[in-house]
Amino acid sequence: MANTKEVRKQIASIKGTQKITSAMEMVAASKMKKTQDSMLEGRPYSLKIKDVIAHIASASSEYPHPFYQERTPKKACFIVISSDKGLCGGLNTNLFRQVINKSAELNKEGIESCFALVGTKAASFFKGVGGQVVAVADKLGDKPNPDDLIGLTKVALDMHKNGDIDQVYLCSNSFVNTMTQKPGVQQLIPLAPAEQDELISTHWDYIYEPEAKELLDGLLTRYIESLVYQAVVENNACEQAAKMIAMKSATDNAGDLIKELELLYNNVRQAAITQELSEIVGGAAAV
Amino acid sequence: MSTIKISIVSSSEEIYSGEATMVFATGSLGELGIAPGHTPLLTGLAPGPVRVQNGSEEEAFYCSGGFIEIQPDLVTVLSDTAERADSLDESEAIKAKEAAEQDLANKDATLDYAKASAQLAEAVARLKTIQKLRKNQ
Repeated sequence: MANTKEVRKQIASIKGTQKITSAMEMVAASKMKKTQDSMLEGRPYSLKIKDVIAHIASASSEYPHPFYQERTPKKACFIVISSDKGLCGGLNTNLFRQVINKSAELNKEGIESCFALVGTKAASFFKGVGGQVVAVADKLGDKPNPDDLIGLTKVALDMHKNGDIDQVYLCSNSFVNTMTQKPGVQQLIPLAPAEQDELISTHWDYIYEPEAKELLDGLLTRYIESLVYQAVVENNACEQAAKMIAMKSATDNAGDLIKELELLYNNVRQAAITQELSEIVGGAAAV
Repeated sequence: MSTIKISIVSSSEEIYSGEATMVFATGSLGELGIAPGHTPLLTGLAPGPVRVQNGSEEEAFYCSGGFIEIQPDLVTVLSDTAERADSLDESEAIKAKEAAEQDLANKDATLDYAKASAQLAEAVARLKTIQKLRKNQ
């Protein structure tokens, strides 16, 4: 049977861990608020640019943009968005599993995959899996800057322009509520045609200054960038929420463990006392 | 008086949303004055102020480039980074301009010339906005 000193030591160490996890829970809870705010702040831009893109799609433009064209797919690029830090439950693993499944599915159809990765976790995971990684952006922090993602998005878009890849997928967690984050894979390119709009009924087009091609190129690039940025910001909110939940359950588990160990400690202590007593009694009887 | 809906957004926040009788902006090919009922127009936005006039009131916002979409009843400014012109720090802008000019002066192999001249244009536009605002006060 374990001795009291050992059990006491174990209890003390678990109490230490519990303090850390509960501190991390509180940190995550306070960060969650901020990340959710920045997720909401970014929304107007993505909504507006979506509107503009829908208007453009309904205009009878003389220049059909390559992002809308379906090509026979030979290779796809996955933009995978993960967190920089771990300790957030199954958030990243669930997403990676979906990505791998999707990639395997495409592989069956004869479509190769490559990856553009956001976040340290994705970088190390796909290094281990051995996929072709074309770009990495990590250590973006809690308040990512849209500028930090331009490079990564550009790599994917340039590859599409050169014909190296034919499809682009955006893989990220979407924030449902604090308890639920939903991993998902969304197709970016080819862009889905816009929904029917009342504007579509009449034949009209913009005046483009300077050139339709130049403007649409810039605007659609901006659109893809905004989708990626929005996904990163949303993933951040997911990370903090998942971390808070994970740390809360870790704290609860530590509490349960401490309770069990305290029971054990009392048992051991009581057993030792009983044994000592019976030894004394036995000794006295022998005399 | 008829008005036109205007919203100015940047990727990290919504800057302004409301009605206007007239909107002034710097397009990539020159100054634009947008009145309600403007023909559909899509153009790039040069760094500079976007002024929103509603009756006698006027507000100015600094935009450092982006796009502007115009529909007869709607103006959407998609700014790369936009901040309230009032909150601009003039000394910061001058510093940025000096830094950009310095970069231009020692134009060596490691320096991206195009980037530096873009920075300079932005700093000048910032200053212009501030000075315009000062005059109006």
